Amino acid sequence: MAKVIGTVVVDRERCKGCDLCVVACPCDVLSLAAKDVNDRGYHYAMMVNPEACIGCAACATVCPDACIEVYRLTQK
Amino acid sequence: MNEEVRLMKGNEAIAHAAIRYGVDGYFGYPITPQSEVLETLEAEMPWETTGMVVLQAESEVSSINMVYGGASTGAAVMTSSSSPGISLMQEGISYIAAAELPALIVNVMRGGPGLGTIHPSQSDYFQATKGGGHGDYHLIVLAPATVQEMADFVGLGFDLAFKYRTPAMILADGIVGQMMEKVVLPPARPRRTPEEVAKQCPWAVTGKKGRGHRNVATSLELDSAIMEKNNERFQRTYDEIKRNEVRYKTYYTDDCDYLIVAFGSVARICLKSIEEARKQGIKIGLVRPITLWPFPYDEIAEIASHVKGILVVELNAGQMIEDVRLAVSHSLPVHHFGRMGGIVPNPLEVLNAFKQKFGL
Amino acid sequence: MNQDEIIKQGTKVYSRPRLMDDRNMHYCPGCSHGVVHKLVSEVIEELGLEDKTIGIAPVGCAVFAYHYIDVDWVEAAHGRAPAVATAVKRLDPSRMVFTYQGDGDLAAIGTAETIHAANRGENIAMIFINNGIYGMTGGQMAPTTLEGMKTATTPYGRRVDLNGYPLNITPLLAQLPGTCYVTRQSVHTAASVRKCKAAIKKAFQAALDGRGTAVIEVVSTCNSGWKMSPAKANEWMEENMFKAYPLGDLKPLE
Repeated sequence: MAKVIGTVVVDRERCKGCDLCVVACPCDVLSLAAKDVNDRGYHYAMMVNPEACIGCAACATVCPDACIEVYRLTQK
Repeated sequence: MNEEVRLMKGNEAIAHAAIRYGVDGYFGYPITPQSEVLETLEAEMPWETTGMVVLQAESEVSSINMVYGGASTGAAVMTSSSSPGISLMQEGISYIAAAELPALIVNVMRGGPGLGTIHPSQSDYFQATKGGGHGDYHLIVLAPATVQEMADFVGLGFDLAFKYRTPAMILADGIVGQMMEKVVLPPARPRRTPEEVAKQCPWAVTGKKGRGHRNVATSLELDSAIMEKNNERFQRTYDEIKRNEVRYKTYYTDDCDYLIVAFGSVARICLKSIEEARKQGIKIGLVRPITLWPFPYDEIAEIASHVKGILVVELNAGQMIEDVRLAVSHSLPVHHFGRMGGIVPNPLEVLNAFKQKFGL
Repeated sequence: MNQDEIIKQGTKVYSRPRLMDDRNMHYCPGCSHGVVHKLVSEVIEELGLEDKTIGIAPVGCAVFAYHYIDVDWVEAAHGRAPAVATAVKRLDPSRMVFTYQGDGDLAAIGTAETIHAANRGENIAMIFINNGIYGMTGGQMAPTTLEGMKTATTPYGRRVDLNGYPLNITPLLAQLPGTCYVTRQSVHTAASVRKCKAAIKKAFQAALDGRGTAVIEVVSTCNSGWKMSPAKANEWMEENMFKAYPLGDLKPLE
């Protein structure tokens, strides 16, 4: 059976750490960096559970700063 | 349409001149004593001939912001109103000036303050020439004295507005708006094509097509260093206008002992007073500023250097007199004679006032 | 399979819209404006209207919309965007003209311009961001502020005896014969964002086609003004704003 896997790339410097992507993700892939901040002092979003990503793009869709790219791959 | 001689009101002449000049849009709201501008345009239906847009807006506020929008696109757009309506437009006029857009605004003045009267007045001189709205800006202000000038200043106003990318105003009074006179209407010229607009106005907001980069019409800048530069640029434009565009007319100034300064239809009344005075042996000359901004300071100073006194005659409590005093630096007596509330003095009344002020 | 391999072998299914500028937006973290800006950019690109679109920016938080979306813009005075749009569209009906306004702009200071442009059936689209507060000036009461809602100028909550009722303006616009499409959307979930995008697309196409005024209200959050986290603001919006401003088409496009 074909399995869909995905990944996201967060533009860390553009991210404002609003957390909306984290909430939107149905697979708990994302989290805000606990300690690290970007140049503007925001705790940026990052993948903490990359294997769970299905590339659904919910995170990117709700991102107000358009800083998430999403890739999807169907494994046969 | 060829050149044509017609008998009509000043307000009607503005409408006909606008169509013939190739104006792209008129946006207005009825108010006495200038409603004939909009009425004439609606009756002429220029959208069927030249393609000119004519729209009765829901308010003067809306009218001037339609003008702002239209001007942003490089179109030749105008509005007209009378004093209270022009007060409502001041914010929009300030935006147009600050966004460096060309536009024409016609104010057929009525008496104020407040709702005042529908009768003629010149009491918006300060508002028109000193800024009116907020911020450091000026309008090019043209003061017509005849129906012919009402027609001519439409074209002149737009030419200057586009030359300097700044709004121009025709500051008329209820007399010149309402009275009928012979007028020679210029031959019609076609409206500019989109290509001509793009060439003349590379800044115009027309959609990015053929440009690659975006154009934005805005007056906002939160970086103070840039905003100061913007203001300095506006002032350079105003300086250039002051150098190049002062317009005025003189009558009997070669041999005069006294001078009257008056603008608009009042200057015509004063001319009659002067002719009567000359019969009585009193040599008075007349300066009629045509551009109230830029004001003919130097020209008045030059003529004033060989007269004994100046009378400024206006339909207000004394507004242009401040500029006349600035021009002559208190070097000679400068008196004021004004009527208010919509009352227009007759030539003898002006002459009597003149004699009384100068003890003649 | 690691991330690099997925990126290499997979398909990019979501990226920053081409028409969005590279610069960072000034909006607060989690602000709905950013999402709507993305949708506007995507729709303009998908409809192929990049060269004939003119946006009219408001006064309010979105005053700098012209910095973020790469089309021609006019920055209007507060509330006057529909008047500006009227002239821009009428002077060349081949343009796609839209306004982008907040609740203070569209439903308080600009109510007359909004209603009359819609009543004339100007062939424009109006995007109406309703977050029930004045964001830019620091969180004061808006016309759409809910009863009991605390703002900088209703510090003890909006009282209808003092401040009047929340103005539900979109149904008024739906009643006007000049409007062709009036809808109320949100952008707080991925599904709602997709629906909102479809609505904006429909509205822009209708405006371009000269079918009348198209209005898209986006019930939005202002988490800074509401003094909540972005996620909490979304929940509060669902519980409170949607009751006063229910989502859905108020006038479907025929």
